[in-house]
Amino acid sequence: MDRRPASFYWLAAFFCVFVLFLYGPTLTIMVLSFQGPQGGLTFPMNGVSLHWFYQLFEGIGVVDIGSALVNSLKLGLLTMAITVVASVMAGLAFRRNFKGSGFLFYTAIASLIVPSIVVSLGIALEFRIADDTINAIGDAYEVEWIWDNFTTLMGLFSSGLGAHLTWTFPFGLLIMFAVFNRFNPAFEEAARDLGATPWQTFRHVVLPIIVPSVFGVALFGFTLSWDEIARSSQAVGSDNTLPITLRGLTTTVTTPAIYALGTLTTAISLAVIITSLVAVMIVQRRRKRHGSDAGKGMV
Amino acid sequence: MIAQSRWTPYWQAAPMTLVFAVFFIVPLIATFVVSFWEYNQYSIQPAMTGENYTEIFDGCIAGLPELCTIFKTYLSTLKFAAIVWALTLVIGFTIAYFLVFHIRTLTMQIILALVCTIPFLTSNVIRMISWIPLLGRNGLVNQALLGLGITDQPLDWLLYSNFSVVLAFVHLNTVFMIIPLLNSMFRIDKSLIEAAYDTGASGWQTLVNVVIPLSKTGIAIGSIFVITIVMGDYITIGVMGGQQIASVGKIIQVQTNFLQFPLAAANAVLLLVTVLSMILLLTRIVDIRKEL
Repeated sequence: MDRRPASFYWLAAFFCVFVLFLYGPTLTIMVLSFQGPQGGLTFPMNGVSLHWFYQLFEGIGVVDIGSALVNSLKLGLLTMAITVVASVMAGLAFRRNFKGSGFLFYTAIASLIVPSIVVSLGIALEFRIADDTINAIGDAYEVEWIWDNFTTLMGLFSSGLGAHLTWTFPFGLLIMFAVFNRFNPAFEEAARDLGATPWQTFRHVVLPIIVPSVFGVALFGFTLSWDEIARSSQAVGSDNTLPITLRGLTTTVTTPAIYALGTLTTAISLAVIITSLVAVMIVQRRRKRHGSDAGKGMV
Repeated sequence: MIAQSRWTPYWQAAPMTLVFAVFFIVPLIATFVVSFWEYNQYSIQPAMTGENYTEIFDGCIAGLPELCTIFKTYLSTLKFAAIVWALTLVIGFTIAYFLVFHIRTLTMQIILALVCTIPFLTSNVIRMISWIPLLGRNGLVNQALLGLGITDQPLDWLLYSNFSVVLAFVHLNTVFMIIPLLNSMFRIDKSLIEAAYDTGASGWQTLVNVVIPLSKTGIAIGSIFVITIVMGDYITIGVMGGQQIASVGKIIQVQTNFLQFPLAAANAVLLLVTVLSMILLLTRIVDIRKEL
């Protein structure tokens, strides 16, 4: 191997500093969340304990962290499931020409770059108008059911879910684009020639090939939803998600309990990320073991 | 051979299209429409009035040469966007360049790219508050500066200031520059670089005349992301600015909280128009769809 140029070492040093910049602060609060009961928001560490994690589960202030956590988990899993199914389906659709494909593509891109506050406000307005309309109908036709039961259509799993999907779909679609642009249609043609139905072709040929990317879409679907705040802030109604609760806490809580919550949230994100990466690696390994020996020469 | 129906792509694209229609397109239309409505303390009413827009620009002409609030706010937000854009571009470009042209194996490239991306998948709010123990009055940075005798008083402009806002923006959003740049640079034919060197170009000349022009698309896409994120932000500026710094997004958020929906909608339309014109300028340079 030839010698590395001097620029390599400068750039490598720059890269290391950047990685430190990326991870350093998060590692700092992870360490500080194990602060002793007398410890404060900054160093030095005043002993080591799980005190602030206990505090967290006993509840800090009036905020119900447990229900926010459960809300975010449920919403994240649901967002993930819908994102995976809708992205794979749309990815398949884009392999052929259909009317409106350009429109759908640019809508997805627009959804990615239109400021989140605008999307959030728009969804809030839409649901407000819908609520007003339903109430007006209730009054006009004297529908008792509406008077007695109806409050709002807005909620975690209606407007909140929708807000999250507008954020996760573009990533899902772009990942599927990247896969299918490099996908060899000969495999499907072979399956069809051998008499497979479209579903069989998808299930036994296409899906196994794209499965690592499907894990990728799932990973983005969950983590983006789990951490989402800008889009849902005006659109979740009365329930709160974990990031929204957390942002509220930044102005009121002045103990390491907030770091404990940060550590917990990040740990869940990391667990999901690592699980997905390991799953992808296992698939790749298996593929190497069982896969084709084409190009490996005669053994 | 069983031919797929020509309707297949339509039902396959239907779920995504439906969600975008209900939760993206209709809300944008609703925002536009409501920006012409009237409101009082309790409700919003259909109308066709330009009052919300005139209220935004209230005093802008009468108050000249003093800038009115909305222009000041846009100017301040644009300033943040420009600074953050420049920093993320330089840092992102350097990182992507290192990964593509100095790392030799694909496995290592993937691992290092993942190292840069993983924080993006963790919570932004937590990554913001994680600067508190470093930058606060008694934080690590101040402790170090005092300990080394560089200052005799803790610096208090490190946290809840313009500085910490820019720092957090760069911290959170450089990844949006790195990924498109990696995508562009991976496509550069390595033999072009060799050809440049062989014909006597210096490293710097190669960078300026070969690598940068061929990374133009990545630069444009990354810039679109970073600029639109900063222009519409209210959370980073809120948390890292100690809720003291104005921004365009924050105006909308505050008005929404006060239930001044039509006013907030008018501001949202204004923001959208601003951001879209900036993007239009940038897309003059590239065709995004060609790049996937």
